[in-house]
Amino acid sequence: MKLKQLEGLLGSLEQFSNPKIEFEQYPTGPHIASRMLYTAENSFGDVSDKVVADFGCGCGTLGLAAALLGAEHVVGFDIDADSLEIARDNADELEVDMEFVQCDIRNLSWNGQIINTIVMNPPFGTRRKGADMDFLSVALKVVASESVYSLHKTTTRDHVRRTALRDCNARSAEVICELRYDVPQLYKFHKKKEVDIAVDLWRFVPQGKQ
Amino acid sequence: MRLLTHNMLASNIKGVANGFPLKIEVGQVVEKHVDLNPEFLKNMFAKLDYKVLVEASKTMGYADLPEQAEPSMLESEDFLRKLNHALLELHLEEGALVCPETGRKFPVNKGIPNMLLHEDEV
Repeated sequence: MKLKQLEGLLGSLEQFSNPKIEFEQYPTGPHIASRMLYTAENSFGDVSDKVVADFGCGCGTLGLAAALLGAEHVVGFDIDADSLEIARDNADELEVDMEFVQCDIRNLSWNGQIINTIVMNPPFGTRRKGADMDFLSVALKVVASESVYSLHKTTTRDHVRRTALRDCNARSAEVICELRYDVPQLYKFHKKKEVDIAVDLWRFVPQGKQ
Repeated sequence: MRLLTHNMLASNIKGVANGFPLKIEVGQVVEKHVDLNPEFLKNMFAKLDYKVLVEASKTMGYADLPEQAEPSMLESEDFLRKLNHALLELHLEEGALVCPETGRKFPVNKGIPNMLLHEDEV
């Protein structure tokens, strides 16, 4: 599948109708999502024929992108039932298979190392400090066997690298590219119509766990 | 929920020492076709808990998987088809996952297990 085609399909997905600020719900736009998964597949071979998990999947954009690129088994994890309902409808609409589990990522137990790749657009922690690093820590320490792709604000780059390598069991941490994240005017406290923030697309490789 | 997902989830209630495997309570099972991908199944076979898969698929009404399996059986297309069916084609649409230690039920509705814990379980 071509990048443009993937971006087009993701652009048709339904997003949060009533976003909840306590979960920092922001849609992952088709531009970012398509580039993230396209790179994971075409530069690293981390998607097709793999088991992929989408942490904090929201309306399912990243996981569905993985399914469209040939992931064999995709599971989206989110705390919010309303988002999961939209995500399931989106999967039906695209006619791809994606599974969902309602849970708090920080409170789930896992068996084995079945998941190869994790993709996520974690809460950036603007509401609850450190939320993004909590997600990353679970992803790298417990769950992923091969790689983790994640978005973090470019302003936090040094902190993310240091924390990932020192505290989160990462063997390597690499910024693949810098992207523009369009934040639409979703919440009442947003003063401007739309802002554009710089985010890094990271690829982390966990230490072997066995 | 596929049994591959079941194979990776465990109960995480405070105080539970061994939350795996979750027992399955069946309300409704649905089947969806998945093309056979031998390479994928070979990779998964090395990672999954096969005994747990056999028990889970029996609970879901599918008893064709052999009790014991070895990597050499992955050369057999017949075995791969059975593995494919149990792992990827069977879905728990309605029912529950049950913590093996406490008996706490995690409901499964429209294929989505709800693993959220109550405040006193965290």
